[in-house]
Amino acid sequence: MSQVLTPKDVPLRRDRQPYAERHWGTWAGAAVAMAIVAALIASLATNKNLDYGVITRNLTAGPVLRGLLTTFVMSIVGMVIGLVLGTLVALARMSSNRVLQAVAFAYIWFFRGVPLLVQLLVWGNLGLLFATLSLRIPFTQIVLVEANTNKVVTATVAACLGLGLHEAAYMAEIVRGGILAVDVGQGEAATALGMTSSLAMRRIVLPQALRVIIPPTGNQFISLLKASSLVSVIAGGDLLTAVENISAVNYRTMELLAVASFWYLVIVSVLSIGQHFLERRLSRGHQR
Amino acid sequence: MTAQLEKPTAREALVRLSGVRKSFGDHEVLRGVDLQIDRGEVLCLIGPSGSGKSTLLRCINELETVDDGVVFLEDTPIGHIAEGGRLRRMRPRMVARQRREIGMVFQRFNLFPHMTVLENIVEAPVRVRREPIGEVRERAQGLLERVGLSTHADHYPAQLSGGQQQRVAIARALAMRPKLMLFDEPTSALDPELVGEVLDVMRGLARTGMTMVVVTHEMGFARDVADRIAFMDDGTIVEIGDPATVLGNPSHQRTRTFLTAIRR
Repeated sequence: MSQVLTPKDVPLRRDRQPYAERHWGTWAGAAVAMAIVAALIASLATNKNLDYGVITRNLTAGPVLRGLLTTFVMSIVGMVIGLVLGTLVALARMSSNRVLQAVAFAYIWFFRGVPLLVQLLVWGNLGLLFATLSLRIPFTQIVLVEANTNKVVTATVAACLGLGLHEAAYMAEIVRGGILAVDVGQGEAATALGMTSSLAMRRIVLPQALRVIIPPTGNQFISLLKASSLVSVIAGGDLLTAVENISAVNYRTMELLAVASFWYLVIVSVLSIGQHFLERRLSRGHQR
Repeated sequence: MTAQLEKPTAREALVRLSGVRKSFGDHEVLRGVDLQIDRGEVLCLIGPSGSGKSTLLRCINELETVDDGVVFLEDTPIGHIAEGGRLRRMRPRMVARQRREIGMVFQRFNLFPHMTVLENIVEAPVRVRREPIGEVRERAQGLLERVGLSTHADHYPAQLSGGQQQRVAIARALAMRPKLMLFDEPTSALDPELVGEVLDVMRGLARTGMTMVVVTHEMGFARDVADRIAFMDDGTIVEIGDPATVLGNPSHQRTRTFLTAIRR
């Protein structure tokens, strides 16, 4: 196919980018993919069982937007709990204190091992186990604060707790991995300068670990956001609960699931953009 | 050399090692080392790899904990408190306080990659010694000038050559105003053409009267700059003395074998 070109055959002006030779395989593959996509779109667009009016009407309906806000807030709170607690668990796991190591190990083992759905149900039904929650001085009868469990641990609080504690188990391993990825020489240099181990961790090791921690954390955030739809089992008032409440009345299940999907995709897109800028900021001093 | 004339004639010990032993697992890396380093002295540690030079250096600032024996800095045991004639391990916070007095330069530079050159230098004086940042910045600029990098303050380490990074590392250690500087093979990770610039900075530092312990394979540097050279092999100091004697007329066969090997 290719032939030898002498210099005079080669055009000196480059009006357009040189193009790659196209093979029939490329064309065939593209054609099949396009056909499948077109068929999918057509099947949805011309589907008489799908009422687009219902979708657009419910997209910005009050309950949907409130559910969206709840989902967003729950994910943020869950992630903050996960990050803070996860970092503490990671540090405990890596400390020289055997007891802390064991506790951290057990925490990760338990909260990573029990399915999130089960954990959410446990938190949502905490009142069955402890009718009241009270803070009292140990070994005495003096009660400082006491409250009805179901008043304190509302469905939303239960959801935040459940998501956060579960997330912390995963984040602990991610943070630990990030810390391990930092060169030991960094810690040694900090130590040699007279830094205490906590100062060295805060100023030298963790900031560098963050570069490694952020990408998987972005993944975790996205999967947490989607996992938050599980709280509909304890009537958490999240986005999925909101659309299910609507479809329970109008029987437009698919339309309302489309509404939920739309908003989940919007939040995930926004988060991905945020992650991109965060990573760019953290890559200061690193060239690739 | 004029530098030696300026040094105090009375010998005064800054660091003293007494019967220092250190093992990693079954392998005994230091087998009872006794050594005294005087204030203002430049001591070069030479010897084959695995002879314990680096470990010895790291025992001085407690990056490694000694198994037996004591390291003294100005009559204070490093990492220990003398109590009723016995030594007790110090709390980590107190060990960190002792390390402020000892600067260290590593083979692999170990600059903090997420900070600029200036931030690298300013970090410890501000965070550890709690000195006012303006003052420290000024001092850092002066140090950068001294190592010939005054225009590189805002660069990140990754933007510098190895030689430049190592000079920044020296400035970073000096910013803490240490009494003693430890150099752990400071030119071994450098391209050959960059070794000279780092050695020049170290020469300049020696001329100011800084007490330095240098683990090195640069025999030329050791001959010119060191007041004494210690040859280590198999966890002990085989021979120690002035450069001319140790390099020119060593009294031990092991020293001779080593010197022949590296001159080949």
